[in-house]
Amino acid sequence: MSELSVNHLLGIKYLNESDIQLIFETADHFKEVINRSIKKVPSLRDITIANIFFENSTRTKLSFELAEKRLSADVLNFSASQSSVKKGETLIDTVNNILSMKVDMVVMRHPNPGAGIFLSRHVSASIINAGDGAHEHPTQALLDSYSIRERLGDVAGKNVVIVGDILHSRVALSNIFALKLQGANVKVCGPKTLIPKHIESLGVGVELNLRKALEWCDVANMLRIQNERLDINYFPTTREYTQQFGVSKKLLDSLDKEIVIMHPGPINRGVEITSDVADSKQSIILNQVENGVAIRMAVIYLLASKIKQ
Amino acid sequence: MSQKVLLSTKEINIILHRLACQLLENHEDFKDTVLIGIQPRGIFVAQRLAKILQEEYKVKHIDLGFLDITFYRDDFRRGEKTLEATKTKINFLVEDKKVVLIDDVLYTGRSINAALTALQSFGRPKEVELLTLIDRRFSRHLPIQPNYRGRQVDAINNEKVKVMWKENDGEDVIYLINR
Repeated sequence: MSELSVNHLLGIKYLNESDIQLIFETADHFKEVINRSIKKVPSLRDITIANIFFENSTRTKLSFELAEKRLSADVLNFSASQSSVKKGETLIDTVNNILSMKVDMVVMRHPNPGAGIFLSRHVSASIINAGDGAHEHPTQALLDSYSIRERLGDVAGKNVVIVGDILHSRVALSNIFALKLQGANVKVCGPKTLIPKHIESLGVGVELNLRKALEWCDVANMLRIQNERLDINYFPTTREYTQQFGVSKKLLDSLDKEIVIMHPGPINRGVEITSDVADSKQSIILNQVENGVAIRMAVIYLLASKIKQ
Repeated sequence: MSQKVLLSTKEINIILHRLACQLLENHEDFKDTVLIGIQPRGIFVAQRLAKILQEEYKVKHIDLGFLDITFYRDDFRRGEKTLEATKTKINFLVEDKKVVLIDDVLYTGRSINAALTALQSFGRPKEVELLTLIDRRFSRHLPIQPNYRGRQVDAINNEKVKVMWKENDGEDVIYLINR
């Protein structure tokens, strides 16, 4: 088994366990590459990749761009705010125009769930979903699991709690799929209003008390409150949210074990976690960022090798 | 499919000792020389040579590395299968060192070409030599020749040279397989 079972990375939902293992093993090699003094390999010198972002992003966009450049691919960047999308062009037209310039792969972030799946049915390029609305963010989930594997040796059998706005979070959904696929135990924790109904049907537990959740887990993945997606008031005040669901050093020190803290970024310091937690040695937030480049190199490399000449 | 034995365990052992002596002749104490085995199969030759040099010829210290060339190959997307990577392990700088690249079979020369490119990521070596256990004559695609060769073979295109190692395949033996 040395090939992915899919031609696009649209979501973790479409992957199987051996796909994830293959991505991780390939990422191990790329992690070695990006720690050399010359951090570049020529594998993808005849591949052109377009990064199409219909929604803002710093980290993901930079990470993808760096991964593409480290693989020697040619990179086109496109953000919707400076484009003809504003003039009324449809998604398929925009992408087809880009593809007529002989682009082999599209990395897309879009505010609508399912945008990547829709696109993959209508255009010939290989599509990587870099976040579609509140649906999936597969590369984030892969790098999260990879970082857990790096820190704790394995993902299987570990207890992971995802804390925060589960309702609007694509990171949460992709993480749940990825963690369950690898045999981890998953719970979600947050204000009742931000936990989707029927989430138990995905095989995850719900814990409304943060302290209990932390006592149970090996890893806590702290999500950001996505104010831009909160159309109504889901909790009274940010201050009250922090009191109930914010993680402080004091709270961590009061537990009888040392848990691993993760955060997909961007952090709202003092809201979901305090600064001393974010910068503590329990936090692997910056490892996640480094691993993000290796994981994205692996995904791009494995998908590109399926594009026929 | 038929196969015949090209080199037996005993012959391989004699050849490895001869190659070790040739290396010794040119590199003496291996102070400025590093051995790099090309993944996946060149590493066995490299490990054996390093062992002979250290145990039988009392060379004190040898820098031995493994180089994976997957990401540098020129046939990415040209075959049916995804190229699978193996581990690179080079814990030293090759800057200003004499590098001996080591592989089991030299065929088209494309792997060596990729290895030379890959090597650049680890610094600028003073010089690079090539050692190969089997040199298949008349089948080169590139102007690459070994400095040290175990045995030269005239194999035609539908023949394959298969090198087996005790630590991997149970026995040291080299077959010429007719497909």
